[in-house]
Amino acid sequence: MHVTDLSDMDERRRRRMGVLALAPERALAERFRAFGEDPAFTAVRGPETGLMLLRGRMGGTGKPFNFGEATVTRATVRLSDGAVGHALFIGRDAAKAQIAAVIDALAGDPQREARIEAEIIAPLEAEQEGRDAARRAETAATRVEFFTLVRGED
Amino acid sequence: MYVAVKGGEAAIDNAHRLLADRRRGDRSVPALTLEQIAAQLALAVDRVMGEGSLYDRELAALAIKQARGDLIEAIFLVRAYRTTLPRFGASLPVDTGAMLVERRISACYKDLPGGQLLGPTFDYTHRLLDPELAGDADVDGPATRDAGGPAVMRVSDILAQEGLIEEENPGQPKQEPADITRAPPEYPLSRDARLQALSRGDEGYLLALAYSTQRGYGRTHPFAGEIRIGEVEVEAFLPELGFAVTIGRVQLTECQMVNQFAGSAKAPPQFTRGYGLAFGQAERKAMAMALVDRALRTTEFGEDIVAPAQDQEFVLSHCDNVQATGFVEHLKLPHYVDFQAELDLVRRMRREHEERNGEALREAAE
Repeated sequence: MHVTDLSDMDERRRRRMGVLALAPERALAERFRAFGEDPAFTAVRGPETGLMLLRGRMGGTGKPFNFGEATVTRATVRLSDGAVGHALFIGRDAAKAQIAAVIDALAGDPQREARIEAEIIAPLEAEQEGRDAARRAETAATRVEFFTLVRGED
Repeated sequence: MYVAVKGGEAAIDNAHRLLADRRRGDRSVPALTLEQIAAQLALAVDRVMGEGSLYDRELAALAIKQARGDLIEAIFLVRAYRTTLPRFGASLPVDTGAMLVERRISACYKDLPGGQLLGPTFDYTHRLLDPELAGDADVDGPATRDAGGPAVMRVSDILAQEGLIEEENPGQPKQEPADITRAPPEYPLSRDARLQALSRGDEGYLLALAYSTQRGYGRTHPFAGEIRIGEVEVEAFLPELGFAVTIGRVQLTECQMVNQFAGSAKAPPQFTRGYGLAFGQAERKAMAMALVDRALRTTEFGEDIVAPAQDQEFVLSHCDNVQATGFVEHLKLPHYVDFQAELDLVRRMRREHEERNGEALREAAE
């Protein structure tokens, strides 16, 4: 599904935006505050809430079909140095959209990118992985272990 | 002659004020929060998201609260809300094979890669009311276990390895799927449009139709090949960046029904499929949808249309509960003029009836 021929920079940006999209607003805002930079920006677009048509595949693997919509929020910002950042995610959190777009813009600067990765992205991703691991472990405990009763018919 | 009748504003205002009062109820009882509804009435919220066709738990919870728990009214509210928003685009098709599975069962195979994962199910409960839930007793946290082991393989992929089930291929990548929210239906509808209609269709209606196929009205010999519930990642293409990014996750229920055979002189017999996909944890809905999807595929397999569940115009033009409730409930609106016309008509018919009968009596007497 993923586009495979992205440049390294685009690939890192793609991953970063995915982590930001999944992050809970509060956790993201806290990480951003701790990061310590809150640059002035111009809102180029939004934050605005709209709809995203969601698609599935017939039988899971077949032709696509539309099966519903989700509320999504997007924002585009421009920093004073001209850097532009985007955010788009499921939900209606305008404050989160603004923070995520600012982080995306800041991360375009190679000086800041590594720090953003270390202080914001990697910890948020680890938290998400922790939640997923807990969910998997809870589900695993409901796995059925069959045992066979041998009948005396030999 | 058309006579405009006005009035009732004060009555309507007071009725809505009374509604607000009754909705709140006894003020000494704390008001419900949206968090409580979303967390503790989660499956009602899922149903409102599914049939409201909008994935947003908080809005669905608000709609349920506003509708006093009337789920069809709540679905109506959500549908009305979605018409106020612009559409930014469409996602890439979600990959349910990569789902973070919370439940996965198969009625076809006992042992399969990933195992039978029961998850948070009502199955095997005794359906006895639990008086403890009337209070606020502490609840144990879930048990956990090492989640290692094989990936949760799709049952349809197992069958596909031997070619025993019809293939589902992705088709032309550039072909846009039908969208029934933008184009009015022209029957017969293609399967993509049918699945979209079924996905937002009324659970009770689809359940009854699915049941009818099991009872012999368009029998399709189904097995629940697989039911899986969990979160999938949603990706969307961002034109300003030129690539697709993950924009979040949605919880889905997917049902793959495995049905009896199709084949021809050229193609060997193989199982056929019915597919169900719904927002949230909505197992009954996804199963019913899969049964009805398969029933509606009659012409693909050269089957005769002999039952209501196989008649797509009947099934699809009545499956939307917002449309259905709109047309049924519009009968409450004033029909004073229509009714006056009917009154005149029935009076005239009775007069003519009496005149004819009078004549007949006179003739008989002569």
